[in-house]
Amino acid sequence: MAEAIRIYPPKPDRVYLFGTCLVDSFSPQTGLDAIALLKYLGIEAAFPHAQTCCGQPAYNSGYDREARAVARSQMDLFPEPWPIVILSGSCGGMMRKHYPALFDQASEVVAFTERVFEFTEFLRHVVQPTLTDQGDPTRVTLHTSCAGRRELGIHEHGLALLGQLQQVHLVPHDYQEECCGFGGTFSVKHANISAAMAEDKTRNLLGAGVDEFVSTDWGCMLNLNTTLEYAQQPLRGRHLISFLAERIGVSEADRQPGATQVLAEAAG
Amino acid sequence: MKQQPEAFHPNSTAALADPVLRSNFRGAMDFLRSKRRTAFAVDDAEGGDFDALSRRGEAIKQRCLQQLPALLEQLEQNCTRNGIQVHWAETPAQANQIIESLIRARSGKHAVKGKSMVTEEIGLNDYLDDRGVRCIESDMGEFIVQLAGETPSHIIMPAIHKDAGQIASLFEKTLEDTPYTEDVDRLIGIGRQQLRERFQHADVGITGVNFAVAETGTLCLVENEGNGRMCTTIPPLHIAVTGIEKVVAQLSDVPPLLSLLTRSATGQKITTYFNMISSPRKPGEQDGPEEVHLVLLDNGRSQAFADEELRKTLQCIRCGACMNHCPVYTRIGGHAYGTTYPGPIGKIVSPHLLGLDATKDLPTASSLCGACEEVCPVRIPIPKLLQRLRVESSHAGTAEEKVKGAGSGRKPLEALVWRIWSWACRHPAIYHRGASLAAHGRKLFKFLPSRWKTQRTMPQPAKITLHTALKNRQRRSASPCPQEKIY
Ligand code: SF4
Repeated sequence: MAEAIRIYPPKPDRVYLFGTCLVDSFSPQTGLDAIALLKYLGIEAAFPHAQTCCGQPAYNSGYDREARAVARSQMDLFPEPWPIVILSGSCGGMMRKHYPALFDQASEVVAFTERVFEFTEFLRHVVQPTLTDQGDPTRVTLHTSCAGRRELGIHEHGLALLGQLQQVHLVPHDYQEECCGFGGTFSVKHANISAAMAEDKTRNLLGAGVDEFVSTDWGCMLNLNTTLEYAQQPLRGRHLISFLAERIGVSEADRQPGATQVLAEAAG
Repeated sequence: MKQQPEAFHPNSTAALADPVLRSNFRGAMDFLRSKRRTAFAVDDAEGGDFDALSRRGEAIKQRCLQQLPALLEQLEQNCTRNGIQVHWAETPAQANQIIESLIRARSGKHAVKGKSMVTEEIGLNDYLDDRGVRCIESDMGEFIVQLAGETPSHIIMPAIHKDAGQIASLFEKTLEDTPYTEDVDRLIGIGRQQLRERFQHADVGITGVNFAVAETGTLCLVENEGNGRMCTTIPPLHIAVTGIEKVVAQLSDVPPLLSLLTRSATGQKITTYFNMISSPRKPGEQDGPEEVHLVLLDNGRSQAFADEELRKTLQCIRCGACMNHCPVYTRIGGHAYGTTYPGPIGKIVSPHLLGLDATKDLPTASSLCGACEEVCPVRIPIPKLLQRLRVESSHAGTAEEKVKGAGSGRKPLEALVWRIWSWACRHPAIYHRGASLAAHGRKLFKFLPSRWKTQRTMPQPAKITLHTALKNRQRRSASPCPQEKIY
């Protein structure tokens, strides 16, 4: 269940970025947009190249030993005391809620998890930016992932950030709090139940009559976009970060993979 | 329908293909969810703060479970002192035999039963039927299900899978001189009439128990239709059956749990009837049974009790809220599970009752969305327990077995895949090589055989990975950074 109160640090100059395996393989643009957006807000992102996956797929499948080994290897990649910003509620949930359990609440693991922030949570509570909308009027609905909603309680943050955008009309959809049916290996092991859930969710998204939908979790988005594609519907979802970056006018050049970056000297 | 959790896959596939079932369940669950929401509305001074109330409920159940063995002994002593005879059953077979012998001792032939999931768990109706004792369900939902030759599909609303039309046809077909009507009030009237006659002739009343109070030796029974009261007052013999986890320490533990139970289940602040049974009929009293018996059933519960984490399973007060809010249950209904207790609670309790070998598909049939935990009035961490059971199911049988049938869900190929995956994730060069290869061969992805594709296209990796994109970015950068990883 979501934690009640969290004490947030002041805005830092530098953070670690944890891209997640799904962003790495399926949506590198989300990672590039996150870095560009942070830069726009005056924060450098350090991206340890040895990062792979948080370990959740094995953990959820009941292979806790395999997951523990992966978790251990990831924790070693973030030695500096900077915040670790994660591009997914469900990986954030894994690191914040399940890493401590995997390691019997060992104090250094708990200290590590204290530094973990989901991206929208970090934006809203640590960076606290004032966003100025540069885009045309549009209608958008937010799909909140279950891990984000129930493990981390971050769904409010996405709404609050979107709510700052003048020209964005936020539309709720029916059964907003209900799962899209992804659930990692659940979507393969019980593909038919998962597909029925995805079908209902996409029907509700379509019913909202929006121009696009955004989400903070690539697992949900893979599930929903492929369902929409199968049904030959034009609607697609993208990451809230990419949407925000575009709306507030983060430079196009900074968001390109080959962009020339002004690279900062590292302190640590 | 026989209990067959092994057939979860075909059963759920069939359920998904049944549009009437899907819409019946969607409608019914929406109704129950909104009732519960209203009952816990923050602006309702009496319902109020669900969080605070449920923490209290959780604390009570945990305290009572901690002292479970002692409380059970105390319960036995106090019940016995009150004149309620206590029996212990480890297995369903033992429970059935005890009940049968009690009925035989009074030459009983006709039993009426109040709504009780635990008697479904032990298959009591069929057992007695085979031995010449007809046991009639007296709860309206259970009565309907029994007429149809089915089992309950929900623990609170046994016949929720049927709509008025289906019930009308069932009554018309199975009850004499009954015309077809979809008028709900008339349908209930017809059912009542049937039941009234049966109450008069019954020589045994059988019920469950919602709370058994150790301090006073009192059995509490929650119900709405008055049938529970009939079952416990008219026949000369009353047999109450309960799982051992239903014991609470004292009377003051009951009101908070009762309030959580009724609000979570049907959105009611209180039910129409709340029976407190503390003894058989006393000399000079007008009604009540001559004999009252309590059968305490284990059936795998002490296995759950033995492990501190799994013990939380026993906190359940059987309100059904987790199933009402479960996206899986909402779509496949209760019968697909093939277990007495369906839905999220069924997935964590059934492996203890039936063994993981028979039920290994159940813990995996969840997206771990957490809706069940969010609404559970006694805060059972259901997703965590599902995960734990997945671990128990996939572990090679080396460690001491915590759950009957542990390790039975282990598939050698799957285990190997996770071993390799784990190794690759710890060797970034290998992992990234693999991810890049996938990116290059992304067009091939749509040809992969996968169950995923029944109603979805296959997701394709992007042209390059984030790692590659960032590495490229550095190479093109005019002033390469000494610390390559900062952007
Ligand atoms: S697990 Fe919780 S929500 Fe589900 S039936 Fe038991 S008490 Fe109710």
